Amino acid sequence: MNNSNQDGNDDMETKATPSSLSDVANANKARKQPGSGALGVGLEARSIHAWFGDKLVIRDISLDFWSGTVTALIGPSGCGKSTFIRTLNRMHEFIPGAAMAGEVLLNGQDIYEQGTDVTKIRLKVGMVFQKPNPFPSMTIADNVLAGLKLAQLKTQNKDDLLEECLERAGLWNEVKDRLSAYGGSLSGGQQQRLCIARSLAVRPEVLLMDEPCSALDPGSTLKIEETIQHLSSTMTIIIVTHNMQQAARVSDYTGFFLSDGGPGELVEVGPTSEIFSRPKDIRTENYVTGRFG
Amino acid sequence: MSNLTLKPTKPWKRTPKQQLLIAVNLLVAAAISFVIVLVTPMKGKLAYLLLFFISTIIVNFAENYFKSGIAAAKDSIATSFATAGLIIVIVPIFSILFTIFERGRAGLNFGLFLHDMKSNGPNDPLGQGGLLHALVGSGIMVGIALLISLPIGILTAIYLTEIKGIFSRPIKFLVQAMSGVPSIVAGLFILSAVVFPITKSSSGLMGGLALSILMIPTIARTSEEVLLLIPNDLREAGIALGGTQWRTISLIVVPAAKSGLITATILGLARVAGETAPLILVSGGGDAVNPNPFHSPMGSLPFYIWKGFTFGTPESIARSWAGIFVLLSIIFLLFIAARTLSGSGEKK
Repeated sequence: MNNSNQDGNDDMETKATPSSLSDVANANKARKQPGSGALGVGLEARSIHAWFGDKLVIRDISLDFWSGTVTALIGPSGCGKSTFIRTLNRMHEFIPGAAMAGEVLLNGQDIYEQGTDVTKIRLKVGMVFQKPNPFPSMTIADNVLAGLKLAQLKTQNKDDLLEECLERAGLWNEVKDRLSAYGGSLSGGQQQRLCIARSLAVRPEVLLMDEPCSALDPGSTLKIEETIQHLSSTMTIIIVTHNMQQAARVSDYTGFFLSDGGPGELVEVGPTSEIFSRPKDIRTENYVTGRFG
Repeated sequence: MSNLTLKPTKPWKRTPKQQLLIAVNLLVAAAISFVIVLVTPMKGKLAYLLLFFISTIIVNFAENYFKSGIAAAKDSIATSFATAGLIIVIVPIFSILFTIFERGRAGLNFGLFLHDMKSNGPNDPLGQGGLLHALVGSGIMVGIALLISLPIGILTAIYLTEIKGIFSRPIKFLVQAMSGVPSIVAGLFILSAVVFPITKSSSGLMGGLALSILMIPTIARTSEEVLLLIPNDLREAGIALGGTQWRTISLIVVPAAKSGLITATILGLARVAGETAPLILVSGGGDAVNPNPFHSPMGSLPFYIWKGFTFGTPESIARSWAGIFVLLSIIFLLFIAARTLSGSGEKK
């Protein structure tokens, strides 16, 4: 953890001390503009509603996620951010009593269409959970390749894939000498990067991250943020976070969710720099300046 | 800090003075009970024990009350009762073990594991004959029960915890009810449902079937509890990686629960290894080694023990005690194996 490459550490320190939120967001704005890259169609959520039992928990959320961008979803606890991203890879239906309405288009195809192979959807839209959850019965190497086994996929060269995924998750240097150790022997931050590597092995187009750093220390958090920035050139990333500095540091776009006791709604979405410097909605401004929530 | 030489201490431990005080308390309690037995008509070991227990509580209560007040005194009463409960449980267990060892010792010899009883009667001296036929029979019948119960039990647990279908509630209820079924009912069921209408004869297979009726609920319930302990995160992670539910269960959930499932199986084995009633009804007994579970009667350890006592001669009763010793040793080993395996699972 502490003996990784020195460049990475320097890099982190400069990022770790932003003079203000909007400065960081402005720096990000210069990096990527909507439509500036060769963007595919990506993921589009159209008028998503979700229920648990009779209770409507999110109402009418429409959001587009361009390929190759990082979108942060912020908002107070219980406003439906997690529920919303779980509708994007059909994990929502895994909870008893769940129901939903609306469309989620992946490259123009509704993933809720009758006859869709759910497991294929989840291969394309991967997920990293709040708590690091490496499979306890598997070694580090087996954990990374678990997705191939689960989905019965073939690969040419497992060793190359293993190294590539761990490299992309920023973990290779720390674990290359103990790939046959159990995943549980790693630290919390390493476990979370192992889970990211595990998601990458099945080559998803979209990666959903549900508060991936909330259980981690600041050092591990920065490493994961670095990982996110490396990954964002090749895939679409949607990250739920309670940490507004994190949203400002890693994301191109930010969506603000809010619930006034009822179902959660999307208050505002836009380039991260705008959300943090000149939000259109007073509620967003109150939230990002720390006046409530 | 470096030039200071600090010795590691444990300030929360009792000092010798406090330990002495406890000893004095116990002595005082013993003296009180002795005096009461002397001056009242209460006599015997039981009176000593009961009075000693009561006076210990009172002495401890008094000490704590004057030292630390009413709350500590009440606390000491609860501690005394808990300790008494422990003793009440432990004493009979050790008494049983001691009796079995004491009585079984006479009949124990190495020949037990080499011979059967086909050419020996109940009056023959203890050096002759043995319980090989019973060991083989028990092994075969428990093995058959295991072959039937393990897949059914674990699949039932998987249905209850993973699939959670519409039949979960009634099945859960049934499994719980089945674990309370008296063992003789299991024997009668096989007798009336299989032996009388179909095979018309007793055999090891029938014994195995009867035992499996008792074993399935034990394995199913223990496995269910083990599977419930597996965090839901792991299931979600498996599903989110594009696994189907069955592949997630078989590649992730079951391996994660492996040590617990092995424990469940061993507990199931220990549960049925000593069952007597159903085997008397459907396995037929027999005094010769019979390795064929499909034909002719088959002996078993519980049957051997029961038969020895019904003969009633001193030799046959001594043989039964030796059989009890062997059976209990096997069950003990199974329990120790279960504890060790589940313990090694927790450490990971």
